[in-house]
Amino acid sequence: MLEIRWHSRAGQGAVTGAKGLADVVSTTGKHVQAFAFYGSAKRGAAMTAYNRVDDQVIMNHEKFMAPDYVLVIDPALVYVADFTAFEKPDTVYIITTHLSTEELVASQPKLQGKKVYTVDCIKISQETIGKAIPNTPMLGALMKVSGMYEMDFFKENMIRVLKKLPQKIIDANMIAIQRAYDEVK
Amino acid sequence: MAETIELRDIEVWDGNMAASQALRQVQVDVVAAYPITPSTPIVENYANFEANGYVDGEFVMVESEHAAMSGCIGASAAGGRVATATSSQGFALMVETLYSASGMRLPIILNVANRALGAPLNVNGDHSDMYLGRDSGWIQLDAYNPQHVYDLNFIAFKVAEDHDVRLPAMVHQDGFMTSHTAQGVHTMTDEVGYGFVGEFQPMNDMLDLDHPVTHGVQTEEDWHFEHKARQQHALMTVALPKIEAAFDAFEKLTGRRYNLVETHQMEDAEIAVICMGSSVETAMEVVNELRAQGIKAGVVGIRVFRPWPLEQLAQVLKNVKAIGALDRSSPHGSVGMLFNEVAGTLFNTDAKPVLTNYIYGLGGRDLTKAHLVGIFNDLKANMDAGKPTTPLQQYIGLRGPKLSFF
Repeated sequence: MLEIRWHSRAGQGAVTGAKGLADVVSTTGKHVQAFAFYGSAKRGAAMTAYNRVDDQVIMNHEKFMAPDYVLVIDPALVYVADFTAFEKPDTVYIITTHLSTEELVASQPKLQGKKVYTVDCIKISQETIGKAIPNTPMLGALMKVSGMYEMDFFKENMIRVLKKLPQKIIDANMIAIQRAYDEVK
Repeated sequence: MAETIELRDIEVWDGNMAASQALRQVQVDVVAAYPITPSTPIVENYANFEANGYVDGEFVMVESEHAAMSGCIGASAAGGRVATATSSQGFALMVETLYSASGMRLPIILNVANRALGAPLNVNGDHSDMYLGRDSGWIQLDAYNPQHVYDLNFIAFKVAEDHDVRLPAMVHQDGFMTSHTAQGVHTMTDEVGYGFVGEFQPMNDMLDLDHPVTHGVQTEEDWHFEHKARQQHALMTVALPKIEAAFDAFEKLTGRRYNLVETHQMEDAEIAVICMGSSVETAMEVVNELRAQGIKAGVVGIRVFRPWPLEQLAQVLKNVKAIGALDRSSPHGSVGMLFNEVAGTLFNTDAKPVLTNYIYGLGGRDLTKAHLVGIFNDLKANMDAGKPTTPLQQYIGLRGPKLSFF
């Protein structure tokens, strides 16, 4: 069972990101689950979203999760949210920030000694999609760090997931995914 | 003619989309709806399908849930295939009209994304609204995941619209835990899905002007009792066999099997939990882990909540030594509903298991696998002692000091 927890602010697209990832993974024959904690659902409120992936049908509906990957798509949440909750010794963190990985770890001691990767999904999405929607670039970064799928396969499926959006936006998302894939460190 | 949608064999849908797609595939004639979290996307998606030509039907925007069900009653009496969706306070506002729908024998389908009832206000899932509906005369089917939501909608239409049944049916799913959780759903093509339910066959429809009928009459004491008895007769003697027949037909079509009472590892189970909704599946996973340790644990899930499958449940539980009844609704002043129903089911049988009650998950509080392991530990102790070793009713997952009663 592969488990992923997203830390986001409501409106940044973590739920769409989690569901999009589930959709892509499902096409490979694996079983998936994507869900979120909504709370009072105010735009900008800190929230979490979740993915489970397994070879077996996923029966577990508990919200509790000890994640293999933690994806933080809002830079401030590493200072205000309990993003290391129920971490495992080998939990991998991919964090949106304008800082380098060393600067980030220095600013947040909880990350010391952890597997930490950084990428500026906010900047990437602003420069490509035109607004701060860091969800799809984070998936590009996840593909690089996890080696889950080849980029061509992933992008091809994301085009299908995003098919209701205007072509211009889909194209911008593909550039954002590729940039995050190339830039994550 | 409505446009079709080419679905993939497995679509990744949350419970709400699964319900919307089923409503589209059976080509509901009228949806009268008022939005409420977490069921809103069901009717929102449906309205989208309707507006884009994927349904030949009417979407009626109304001013409240009371009006939504009233509109559904009118459309159903007129002679159409009718459905809507709601949750929580919206369900509570519908209650008056739920009794009208069942008393008038109108086969309306209501999707309920189960949610807590306020105060305090809470949009998350528990079973308070589902329990509120249990005396309303509706058939109540319970889904544990998005696949079930999709499948049970087809089954609900097939049973409810059967001229021998003619009773409305609810398809319940856990708010957020199912309604907003995306999982793989095996789909049917539009043609196969529609074909399972078939063309709507009206009965005593008001638009059949050659055969005028009256709906919603006044009876007083000379006929009220007879009407209610007939309604109960249909629910008790016709609905369960028809539901089983629909389960059989559905299995033949899709390979997916549903049962009035769902069981997991119950053949030789000594201890068992009985619960509803997404918790059933989490409990199944816990039981698999306990079985690996040699503990003879099992799970019973209620699939058909109303009519209550009393005989089938008694059969399933006849050899169990200790049972935990898990209620996701505050009984406010008594033991939980499942405790009462299980006690009533077994009282006149030879089985005398130790029965205890757990209240859990109110307002969306997580039911973890660790909680369930703790419950099974209690049940094992009860079995070994041959009597309750805990209070009869315990609260699980509650912060602060332990709370228990009786």
